[in-house]
Amino acid sequence: MDLLEYQGKQVFARHGVPVPSGRHAQTVDEAAAAADDIGYPCVIKAQVQIGGRGKAGGIQVANNHNEAREHAQAILGMDIRGLTVHELWVEGASQIASEYYASVVFDRSAKAPLVMLSTKGGMDIEEVAETDPGAIARLHVDPLLGFQEFHGRRLAFEAAVDADVVRPVGAMLAKLYEVFVSEEATLVEVNPLIVTPERQVKALDAKVTLDDNALFRHPDNAELRDPSREDPQERMAKERGLTYVKLDGNIGILGNGAGLVMSTLDVVAQAGGSPANFLDAGGGSKAEAITSAVEVILSNPNVKAVLFNIFGGITRGDEVARGLIEAFNQISPQVPFVVRLDGTNDLEGRQLLAEASLPNVFTESTMDGAAQKVVELAAP
Amino acid sequence: MSILVDTNTKLVVSGVTGREGTFHSLRNRDYGTQVVGGVTPGKGGQDVEGIPVFDTFHEAVAQTGANTAMIFVPPRFAADSILEAEDAGIDLIVAITEGIAAHDELRAFNVIKKNGRARLIGPNCPGILSPGKANVGIIPAAFFKEGNVGVVSRSGTLTYQIGNVIAQEGFGNSTIVGIGGDPVPGSDFIDIIALFQEDAETELIVMCGEIGGDAEERAAEFIAANVSKPVVAYIAGFTAPPGKTMGHAGAIVSGSRGTAKAKAEALERKGVRVGRTPTEVAELAASLLAAAA
Repeated sequence: MDLLEYQGKQVFARHGVPVPSGRHAQTVDEAAAAADDIGYPCVIKAQVQIGGRGKAGGIQVANNHNEAREHAQAILGMDIRGLTVHELWVEGASQIASEYYASVVFDRSAKAPLVMLSTKGGMDIEEVAETDPGAIARLHVDPLLGFQEFHGRRLAFEAAVDADVVRPVGAMLAKLYEVFVSEEATLVEVNPLIVTPERQVKALDAKVTLDDNALFRHPDNAELRDPSREDPQERMAKERGLTYVKLDGNIGILGNGAGLVMSTLDVVAQAGGSPANFLDAGGGSKAEAITSAVEVILSNPNVKAVLFNIFGGITRGDEVARGLIEAFNQISPQVPFVVRLDGTNDLEGRQLLAEASLPNVFTESTMDGAAQKVVELAAP
Repeated sequence: MSILVDTNTKLVVSGVTGREGTFHSLRNRDYGTQVVGGVTPGKGGQDVEGIPVFDTFHEAVAQTGANTAMIFVPPRFAADSILEAEDAGIDLIVAITEGIAAHDELRAFNVIKKNGRARLIGPNCPGILSPGKANVGIIPAAFFKEGNVGVVSRSGTLTYQIGNVIAQEGFGNSTIVGIGGDPVPGSDFIDIIALFQEDAETELIVMCGEIGGDAEERAAEFIAANVSKPVVAYIAGFTAPPGKTMGHAGAIVSGSRGTAKAKAEALERKGVRVGRTPTEVAELAASLLAAAA
């Protein structure tokens, strides 16, 4: 789960990471009132889970009440790379002497947390990594040892931060590591981490990704999720315990097992089609789960045809067939289906489908043949 | 021969008394695997259709001489169970559980690595099958027969799909290893490919990768330097959009990193044949084997 900037800053504040004080707002009036309380100049910041807010005009400095209203008006409802702005964060403008970059990431290759520090703050760090890799100091931390003071010093000296802030920057890194571990994050990133003219070190931004699998231990964090911001199909699927990702094509896909579904999307694309979704019905799916999955797939109005690709291990072909038949009874789909059933109880499943003689349902014996067929059916 | 599991495997199952745990323990036993015990705290002294249940792994090992553990408990208890099995001296731990918290996984991995005693396969994996010898996990054994193709995969059903086509071509498997779809797998492609390289029975290796991380890229380097047997690869997720988790927690393209294209190219650069579809992978494997025969 990705936190919004202000949520990340609230988490930071709980762990003693210095952040500018600010207030959350959802309307122009709230934003202007917050700005009046905080004082001018202040910054009105769009709260969306995507980078590039500044370039899109989603971060503006207000010097007085009228400017605060104007900026809040302009930013609320703004589209930033496909996301609509519904929330603002208003905070006091900070004086900046230096901009750094700091992060703690979950390094899958090294199987350890990776702490990074750079004096090239305020820039796209992937770009810095490409063009000037030496500008980023990196250090893996043994998760069984944890972050030690010497780690902070090493990184600060290696990144060549200003000598007078080596200690506070090291202390900041230690606190970010504490956030990473105790909140069970998979990413904690501060860009920029600033040094003020008074030589204070502060996190001016906060990007925090929490591990969904650990939210059961962090009920406060779990409450930060806002389902109304999620895609309607993805939310519906989540409520039904299905793994669904919406894509922009017109062929609905259902399969069992993440790898097989990914592979099905690829084979459909190779056959010239464009998948509308990823849906993993999971292992051992019962008929109800299949019926429910069909509803989720068809709730996307772009879907022109649906492909079922099942290789039954624990999942049984007859259960899948029963689920599809039940779906037809309940919602009478208007689009054609192609069904490829293989593996456990595949013959029984195909038999059931043949007996039910559902309108517009085609069976195929191979994955490649099924992909070809569904692409033909979805073509306008 | 085969790798990791065989007729000497003595399996103890954590979560044996749960619905899924019972079902798959019995299926593994029916296949011929020596299932010597189960662990469920508080249910020691009971049995599951003849499989004795113990309160702790330590007791199970002391009483049965178990050398392999299968972890079937819910995610919030799974890392603890893995660590208990490791502490009890189990050699091979196969973790089926999906949804373990990433930091729990990280800690378990690093403890196992530091102690250097046990090997962990998974979590979030379908297990290990050595056809004709032993099945530890949830792989549907009926589709596979004994043979000389070693398979290592991040995905379960994709493995069945490819294995089935290989079987239809008339070939069988030495061992099939599901390393799982999580970001921190206990064993990586490299660990398993190294075992297949040493295994006398394995003549060809099939690896099934997917988007996310760089395990396939590292495997490509390893294969070029260390593997003399032919390797055929498949990568799933060419059409996956960046930033979306595609079912498996580890299957995510982050920015420009972890794409299927980059992985396929890295493998091909090192001379590994990469099939574009599961069917093509199986056909490539079959034609290489037929040519060698």
